[in-house]
Amino acid sequence: MSALLEVEGLSKDFGGLRAVDALSFSVREGAILGLIGPNGAGKSTVFNLINGVFAPDKGRVVFRGEDVTGKPPYLVARHGLARTNQIVQPFANMSVLENCTVGACFGRENLRLARAREAARETAAMVGLDDRLDTLASQLTIAGKKRLELARALAARPTLLLLDEVLAGLNPTEVEHMIGIIRRIRDGGVSILMIEHLMQAIMSLSDSIVVLNSGAKLAEGLPAEVANDPAVIEAYLGDPDLAAKLRAA
Amino acid sequence: MSEAILTLESLEAGYGEVQVLWGISLGAARGKLTTIVGANGVGKTTALRAAVGSIRPWGGRIVFKGDDVTRLAPHLKAARGLALVPEGRQLFSAMSVEENLEMGAYAKHGERSYASRLEHVYELFPRLKERRRQSAGTFSGGEQQMLAIARGLMSDPDLLIIDELSLGLAPVVVHQIFATLKTLKEDGLSILLVEQNVHLAFALSDYAYVLAEGRLFTEGPPEKLEAMPEIRRAYLGL
Repeated sequence: MSALLEVEGLSKDFGGLRAVDALSFSVREGAILGLIGPNGAGKSTVFNLINGVFAPDKGRVVFRGEDVTGKPPYLVARHGLARTNQIVQPFANMSVLENCTVGACFGRENLRLARAREAARETAAMVGLDDRLDTLASQLTIAGKKRLELARALAARPTLLLLDEVLAGLNPTEVEHMIGIIRRIRDGGVSILMIEHLMQAIMSLSDSIVVLNSGAKLAEGLPAEVANDPAVIEAYLGDPDLAAKLRAA
Repeated sequence: MSEAILTLESLEAGYGEVQVLWGISLGAARGKLTTIVGANGVGKTTALRAAVGSIRPWGGRIVFKGDDVTRLAPHLKAARGLALVPEGRQLFSAMSVEENLEMGAYAKHGERSYASRLEHVYELFPRLKERRRQSAGTFSGGEQQMLAIARGLMSDPDLLIIDELSLGLAPVVVHQIFATLKTLKEDGLSILLVEQNVHLAFALSDYAYVLAEGRLFTEGPPEKLEAMPEIRRAYLGL
């Protein structure tokens, strides 16, 4: 299968600190790619470079065959790329249906209001919020807000969905539910690039994994390959040499 | 395990609407070095913050020296002998070494023995004495960590809690600091440590807790945990 998204040599500095360092990877059509790495590895910055929140200092982002490097987020969204935010950002004083409708109005198909509302209803149902359509976003529980964040992105009918920690802060039942929703979204033909700290979940959901450390790619492969990679284990568990030296002393 | 000086019982905590700890129970044994390890974001620092009272737990109980201190304010816990050396040191960078140490003795517990405490920490860290008029902000990372520990010790604590001891420090400095902790432990101080480097934690602690995803993954003496292949699963999910 061909690559839906190609990231080539992406770099970004923030005040002398290299947040992303010559990063290249691609997301295949129909796949779930997991982006993992210790805190501060640059994962969210990668999302921001892909969807145009920041322009990269170097490198290219090619999406559906088109160079979208440095294009503003609303144009990237129109091209079929939607995202969720780690800290959920609903329109607090709008209802679930209205929030999703906004997503549909500014998405890939540029729907008019009536059609957008229809799309909004469908995606709200997909995440199990169809009985909450008139509830204000601010009244939802955290699990509800997380699902709304997802539904609003999905209402844009993207071909690629960027998920930034949609499972964080959910209880085990809610996590299971959300994992089911993510699988269904992929089965519906949407490709997914996701960041997640819940390692068991991301390892079981992803077709392949990219490990980021200090902004650069540390490893890439199947979940099982990556989890057995000595460099990855060291990045997570720490350098064993230091302990060996202390023991010897 | 010997008697616990601090226990966290089914502790739940979080920030805003996001729950981070889902009911963890653990204890720091009297006169021992206990470590909490686990990947980034599993809730290690959150557990410490709840323990010292800088955040309010959502549920569960915190018992220190036999008393329920779950709702006690941080300064009152400090006065009872609970000291935290926070992640990133959090020194008063414009103040001198000695002024920082004075701030550490602010709690009642530290006040009465100020002069002897000062002498004691200067003995432990001679480098701080040499530089006692120098401002803390000009120090290297290792010197700052020493000062942060010394400041914690100035309150004459019964339990010293240290968050991320080795983070960003050179191996030689880590070695020095651990040697000092060993001395302190032999003098009867109880220590609870959060450490990112699992090998280091296992090499130095008497007992360790492994957290994963806001829950207790496993616990035990380090030599037992070290032999467990599933420790990797706590970090990498597979």
